Amino acid sequence: MNKPALQGAGGRQATAAPFAIELRGISKAFGPVQANRDINFAVPMGTIHGIIGENGAGKSTLMSILYGFYKADAGQIFINGKQTAIPDSQSAIRAGIGMVFQHFKLVQNFTVLENVILGAEDGALLATSLTKARKVLMNLSSEYELDVHPDALVEDLSVGHQQRVEILKALYRQADILILDEPTGVLTPEEADHLFRILRGLRDQGKTIMLITHKLREIMETTDNVSVMRRGTMVGTVKTAETDPAALAELMVGRKVLLEVAKGPATPGKVVLSVHDLRVRDEHGVERLKGVSFDIRAGEILGIAGVAGNGQSQLLEALGGIARATGQITLNGVELPLSGSGANGRARRAAGIAHVPEDRQALGLIMDFPAWENVAFGYHTSPEYQKNALILDNAAIKAETVAKMERYDVRPPIPGLSAKSFSGGNQQKIVVAREIDRNPDLLLIGQPTRGVDIGAIEFIHKQIVALRDAGKAILLVSVELDEIMSLSDRIAVMFDGHIMGTADPKTTDERALGLLMAGIAGEAA
Amino acid sequence: MDFPTVIQMLDSTVRLATPLLLACLAGLFSERAGIFDIGLEGKMLVSAFASAAFAVMSGSVWIGLAAGIAASVLLAVIHGVASITFRGNQLISGVALNFLASGLTVLLSQSWFGLGGRTPSMEGAARFDEITLPYANALKDVPVFGPIYHDLISGHTILVYVALALVPLTAWVLYSTRFGLRLRAVGENPAAVDTAGVSVVAIRYAAVLIAGVLCGLAGAYLASLAAQFGREMTAGRGYIALAALIFAKWRPWYALMACLLFGFLDAVAIRFQNIDLGVFVIPVQFTQALPYIITVVILAGFVGKAIPPRAGGEPYVKER
Amino acid sequence: MDKMPRWADVFLVPLISLTIAFLISGMVILGIGQNPVEAMRVMVTGALGSSYGWGYTLYYATNFMFTGLAVSVAFHASLFNIGCEGQATLGGLGVALVCLLIPWPHWSMALAAAMVASIAFGAAWAAIPAWLQAKRGSHIVITTIMFNFIAAALLNYILVNVLRPVGSMDPASARFPATTNLPELGAMLNAVGIPFAKGTPANISLLIALVCAVAVWVLLWHTKVGYEIRSFGKSQKAAQYAGINPVRITMVAMLISGGLAGMMAINTVQGEANRLLLNSVEGAGFIGIAVALMGRNHPFGVVLASLLFGFLYQGGAELALWTKIPRELITVIQGLVILFTGALDYMVRKPVEAMFVRFRGAR
Repeated sequence: MNKPALQGAGGRQATAAPFAIELRGISKAFGPVQANRDINFAVPMGTIHGIIGENGAGKSTLMSILYGFYKADAGQIFINGKQTAIPDSQSAIRAGIGMVFQHFKLVQNFTVLENVILGAEDGALLATSLTKARKVLMNLSSEYELDVHPDALVEDLSVGHQQRVEILKALYRQADILILDEPTGVLTPEEADHLFRILRGLRDQGKTIMLITHKLREIMETTDNVSVMRRGTMVGTVKTAETDPAALAELMVGRKVLLEVAKGPATPGKVVLSVHDLRVRDEHGVERLKGVSFDIRAGEILGIAGVAGNGQSQLLEALGGIARATGQITLNGVELPLSGSGANGRARRAAGIAHVPEDRQALGLIMDFPAWENVAFGYHTSPEYQKNALILDNAAIKAETVAKMERYDVRPPIPGLSAKSFSGGNQQKIVVAREIDRNPDLLLIGQPTRGVDIGAIEFIHKQIVALRDAGKAILLVSVELDEIMSLSDRIAVMFDGHIMGTADPKTTDERALGLLMAGIAGEAA
Repeated sequence: MDFPTVIQMLDSTVRLATPLLLACLAGLFSERAGIFDIGLEGKMLVSAFASAAFAVMSGSVWIGLAAGIAASVLLAVIHGVASITFRGNQLISGVALNFLASGLTVLLSQSWFGLGGRTPSMEGAARFDEITLPYANALKDVPVFGPIYHDLISGHTILVYVALALVPLTAWVLYSTRFGLRLRAVGENPAAVDTAGVSVVAIRYAAVLIAGVLCGLAGAYLASLAAQFGREMTAGRGYIALAALIFAKWRPWYALMACLLFGFLDAVAIRFQNIDLGVFVIPVQFTQALPYIITVVILAGFVGKAIPPRAGGEPYVKER
Repeated sequence: MDKMPRWADVFLVPLISLTIAFLISGMVILGIGQNPVEAMRVMVTGALGSSYGWGYTLYYATNFMFTGLAVSVAFHASLFNIGCEGQATLGGLGVALVCLLIPWPHWSMALAAAMVASIAFGAAWAAIPAWLQAKRGSHIVITTIMFNFIAAALLNYILVNVLRPVGSMDPASARFPATTNLPELGAMLNAVGIPFAKGTPANISLLIALVCAVAVWVLLWHTKVGYEIRSFGKSQKAAQYAGINPVRITMVAMLISGGLAGMMAINTVQGEANRLLLNSVEGAGFIGIAVALMGRNHPFGVVLASLLFGFLYQGGAELALWTKIPRELITVIQGLVILFTGALDYMVRKPVEAMFVRFRGAR
């Protein structure tokens, strides 16, 4: 396998000085979910330390513990060699820790200066704080290339500049340790490069930086050391210069037991869905889906792999009629309207698209409604559910719910029980039953087994394969690589709003997919 | 319309605008911190009653004022507890407290004084005196300037001057102090304040208390002006103050202008009833409805956007 | 897992809130030197002790049924319609116009026309705030409050300048022709052999209100529109997923709400006063909020809560008549009920939940 030529990080060697941060035995559970399990690692002073891992690996929880949002169930924190308790953000700030959040904590209609001094004012009158802060800001700005105008309104700044305000906030409070949580998610490549220049500058001045990301390129180009988290544990800490992306990808994704799905070969028929240059912007106007094109044939499952947040949700929303999009979507030869009154969930369903959403609790179900009312959700205008022009045939819906519950083994099989009372797996089975039973030409299905128990996972996978064998087209989006690999007939990997590459599940492996998922373009088997 | 009439109208405007201004500033503090307050009406009402009652019973207007403030603050605290601590629906809380005020004031008034709901007249030391500014009498006959100084500027009771002074004071607190910065931040993005280690709850309670005090002043002024408390004497002023607040886009100096405008409309409606413009007649009911119509137009976004504090009306739950 | 069983959610929590409200009211009565138990006795005998009292109680309850249903339909769509006062006022205008301008041969025809008019006028008054909320994001609470005041001014103008009979000094319309008068409840019951006092304001509108309650129940839980209203109220995002148009459903919910509020005028304007007065509505719009909250936004609950508030209203009038307690006590109780069932709901709910969880755990 070719080792791509990589820029070494070339940071400082760890000296005999105490570690900036050392964590020993940190554990944190939320109910039955063990978010962090016995985490041990150390960050030398004056280095950029990367923390990499997939979604749900526990990175954010760990950082929240460091910043005082959560209290660890067990373990100790050492800052600069001294054991430090961090029960709240004030203590974290006092310990010299500054956090740059993924979702900025800025007051939009304040100036940069006002945001920086908020909570760190010098005295009851603002005038002195503002003058002092202005001077400090000008120094910091020029020293670290932060280049932010102190009197600019935050809402007028680009996302990249807003992030710099967050950094300035931390620096103003004399943070020696900076934690950045997925900082480049909303940045352009140029802004990201500029950010890393700033971080390197800070490091060279003796600051310690922790960079949480899932993007391998950033790790390789910027960090001195990197720790890999997987499923709540720290699986390894290495010097960046002594590793390569492939090794990190393997650590990140791991060797898991593949859930074998009994699946015959696919016999794809004609093209059912044709997508061309599909683009979606989010509510801030940032483009999240940056022009994807692909086809799906009848009797075929196309699996979209990728870490969450790389445009997959926007793809599903555009196809499902929830989000406005530009580009072209053609279903069975008919072009679907992408904006205006014809672009909605009802029209898509009428055209033959069914949608099992990624977030069943927020989108797919009304949690307070009973199961039978949820079975009609999205299809409440269907003729078979109407008793006459005015009245719904609730009895028919209930009867169908009973039948569905039996067919899909939903437990407990009580139509009148509210959706929130069912376990995650059974909730999902209700949604899957509703959508699959519509006999759609195209099924969109996102994260089908998130929060679902093993038995239900097996069942749902069987249903998806059965639908494929009945000659339907299926678009499967999942962050679980083994699910993608065992179910898909073809795989496409998404990163940063693009399709990075395609793969054949029979000949590819997690390592290759992991590289694509982390943004390293290149061969995929 | 001749000059003396104009002066008189403007004089009425100031007197009618004062309770609106005080209530409006009260709402400003509360809503800027993210707590919706449609209970301005109720707070003014209980204050009007309490200040009138205690002024008459004690013979001192200052004791009355203190009682009025206390009553208003009590209602404000209940609103605060319901909205902040119990994270309840702030609008329902406001509506409930308005009813409570409406009923309790008459109930207590009737029980204590037996006059069918109103309090006995406040006289002498139980009322605010008109304050004559220096040289007002001497300058009375100077053309143009004299009447303006004597009738319009001088001769109001103290709460009028207090209310006017509160405008620059509020602006100063909001924009030049640490407390004001934090208060505005809490109404826009409480998470920003929370992550900076500052207590969102403490700031919100402070805002709610300030609102209570200012509504207390408003109610006491109303009672002293009428020399008594009468049932429902606030007559919707709390809602007009809310309308003025929205019209003023939640800013102190605009609030002054909005309240003066609405006060002026009130003065016109009282003085002129129907206005004959020759071609058609503006009915008095239209002038009375004008503040409300203006508010709806503002809210519809046709005359610039009235963007309320971003975090307004939402209980703050730490996002974990 | 549901933290507490449905009956606790629907009955127990509101019952506890009501009890707290009553206890505090009792303390207020004590505070003004009166006897709460005696007050209760006067209220019960006056409101429920005779069919004459019942006549008044049912008349008031009818008003609250209409406005309570109106508020609850809007609540199901997560919209807080405080504008029932204004919508009922406009409804009254519609009723008056219909009754005065068209010569009706029989009351049933006048009633049918009045229903159409009151629904149309009430819905129209709700339409503008609804549209502003749906399309421009203007907060419906503020706009409906403003529209209440505008309605009052409009009514004032019309009564003084348009509908006031020549020579009369009252800001009120002329009396409606006798053919439009609605049959009294007492007369109706007597006709089928049930003894009931005559001369009370309760009239056939009560039956219309009950029919409306059933209709609202059917609408919300048995029609597509009701399904969409409830889904939208629970989750705008999920409703979007299901293809429900947020603008359309906001308008529909508010138009239905406004129409129901408008219909209240049939009871007061046509059923009782037989003319349009300045204060026909008299706070019933706001009591509708209390009724909807107490009745948990369910038509059946709204009917029960309306009866409760009808009792309070008539009882209050009796109190004012026979004791030294002014009828404003009712406003106090009303405020306390709204406070505890609405804003302080959490304060009652959490301990009850905790109690059930502990009880279930101990088993």
